[in-house]
Amino acid sequence: MAHHHEVPVPIKAPYFTSGTKVLFAIMLAGLAVFVYRFIAGLGAVTNLDDQYPWGIWIAIDVASGVALAAGGFTTAALADIFHKEKYHVIVRPALLTALLGYTFVAIGVLTDLGRYYNMWHVALPGFWQGNSVLFEVGMCVMIYLTVLYIEFLPIVVERFKGKVNLPGILGGFNKLIESFLSIADKTLGRFVSLFIIAGVVLSCLHQSSLGTLMVIVPSKLHPLWYTPISPLLFLLSAISVGFPMVIFESILASRSFKLKPELSVLSSIARYTPVLLGIYFALKIGDITLRNAWPYVSEMSTQSIMWLVEIVGGVLLPILILASHRLRNTVGGLFTAASLVVFGVALNRINVFLIAYKPLYATKTYFPSFMEILVTAGFICALVLLYRAFVMVFPVITVPVDENGNHIKHDDRINVSNFSRAE
Amino acid sequence: MSLKRREFFKLAALSSAALATNSAFATDDGEVLDCRATYGVLVDTVVCIGCRKCEWACNNQHSLSTEPITAFEDKSVFETHRRPHSKAYTVVNQYSDPATSKAYTMKVQCMHCNEPACVSACIVGALNKANNGPVVYEAWKCIGCRYCMVACPFQIPAYEYDNALNPQVRKCTFCIERHLDEGNRPACVSICPNEALTFGTRQELIDLGHTRIRMQPDRYEDHVYGETEIGGTSWMYLAAADFKNTELPTLPDDAIPQHTETIQHGIFKSFVPPLALYGFLGLVMHSLRKTDNGQEDQ
Repeated sequence: MAHHHEVPVPIKAPYFTSGTKVLFAIMLAGLAVFVYRFIAGLGAVTNLDDQYPWGIWIAIDVASGVALAAGGFTTAALADIFHKEKYHVIVRPALLTALLGYTFVAIGVLTDLGRYYNMWHVALPGFWQGNSVLFEVGMCVMIYLTVLYIEFLPIVVERFKGKVNLPGILGGFNKLIESFLSIADKTLGRFVSLFIIAGVVLSCLHQSSLGTLMVIVPSKLHPLWYTPISPLLFLLSAISVGFPMVIFESILASRSFKLKPELSVLSSIARYTPVLLGIYFALKIGDITLRNAWPYVSEMSTQSIMWLVEIVGGVLLPILILASHRLRNTVGGLFTAASLVVFGVALNRINVFLIAYKPLYATKTYFPSFMEILVTAGFICALVLLYRAFVMVFPVITVPVDENGNHIKHDDRINVSNFSRAE
Repeated sequence: MSLKRREFFKLAALSSAALATNSAFATDDGEVLDCRATYGVLVDTVVCIGCRKCEWACNNQHSLSTEPITAFEDKSVFETHRRPHSKAYTVVNQYSDPATSKAYTMKVQCMHCNEPACVSACIVGALNKANNGPVVYEAWKCIGCRYCMVACPFQIPAYEYDNALNPQVRKCTFCIERHLDEGNRPACVSICPNEALTFGTRQELIDLGHTRIRMQPDRYEDHVYGETEIGGTSWMYLAAADFKNTELPTLPDDAIPQHTETIQHGIFKSFVPPLALYGFLGLVMHSLRKTDNGQEDQ
């Protein structure tokens, strides 16, 4: 089973396909609204008001975004800290997802901030407000984003060291960038493990603190989600969604680039998910029981239905699928279960921040405006497009390569018996 | 399984933040505030005649509206319940006591909590509890995240959504700019023709409230709203009927920041828990370095 020719390489594929063109169009439409928001203000673009100060830009772009980027730290912990070496093939794609995910979380926050030009205050000790849960989230996310960029640097070094050749007028920077890459190459190896551990610690801190955010509204949050163990639930669900997110996008990427999915590795990490989700489920049930909140489950309100969808569709169903050895070893079973977990955790964040939130004297319920939806859709499209660009430029995805360094596409591989593996 | 909701909260707060302290509220100077001596206002809705002059005075004080005082004689506004917004820091609403069907009016505005949730929530310290009572907003610090609006248990802070460049959180300032003392009272208190609003220290007002209730027990509900709610508020209310029928929400006595700050400070206690996790992971990383297992451990 020695795969001497399995290395991360830039994927060779045409960038524009009919699919990417659609994504591009949505992204541009989102970008137009994004620009308009800064000219016209939040009121002109969103359905936010004094009753509902937070909408989908916080619930989806920020809260769900942070959760779904958790693959970065869970994979790093598994492969680099617990030294499960065979999982190294998924570390780079997960790192890239986290890097892009958190970048868009930052841009999402910027879009939602009324006084975005003061965003830098958060970084200045004079403004620090240590009692604020949001401050803790903000600090950790900022530092973690920096850590992610540092963790990605070795991949940039690997790709461009000795090969920096910028076109035209930018050529003047060649030497400067080259020497930066060479310094990074010499120093990073020694310190990168410090950053990897820091990344895991920072993730644990802000993933849980995100769950503490709504603990400040005891009188406004629906009892199905208002619990003092919210931080623990947020942390556990983030850890649970880490691997499913890696599986989800690994299968999507392999489809898109016509590569064979790394089924053995993906099925193998999928084994952890039913265990993690099972602990999460037990805590959820215990919490509801201890708080005597079961009557709220059967009240048949929007909230109770959303709670049931979240728990049955996003937690129980994927546990059942992934607990099955047979289903776990098929691409279809894996993809279905992974998608359900991703959906479940995203829905949980939307539920906590939007569905469960009931302001006093509410005269209406919040539903996002078309423009709000367009910005969020635009961000998601931009994320996918950037991911595609990054894996085509940088060595992120591990594929079998031939002696010339060209990767072998799924279609070709039928004839290359050396690389065929059990499916 | 018969743990009460409140007991469960205590248990959970203790277990998820075993090291946290139940500290008293500190102002931005780091001083622990004795809220008996801070200023407050007692709103006596039994005496209030619903003239809405306080609305005009507030608008005038804060340059919110140029409507003449006569415009506020319009009582048709009572047909709907209004809320304070970015261009009105206080509004008067009308209620009726279901027992007697008697109508009564009540002014609403920021309650200036003793331990404000908005202050605890604010990421950059743009909201602060002043030593003499008011909860004050400083726009130049604010990043516009609106977490204060999410956090407020009275649904008070409003926002200038239509302002693209300089939107601000707007709410009653307690007229702190009038340099509050026994001679300088908030604009609404100064104009009140029927002395429905009484300015003073919280302790004086609590005593006054209970005195009025004791003197005329048939006129007043035996409850000074804001004395203990949510850890106490600077603005307090007297009414003829149960406060359940009014705009003031039924709230527990625990100060809201305790819920989050206990968890928060537990997780970060002197940075020991994060550093311990860092050390533990470092140890794991180091000790497993040689026992590299590429094998399937199924």
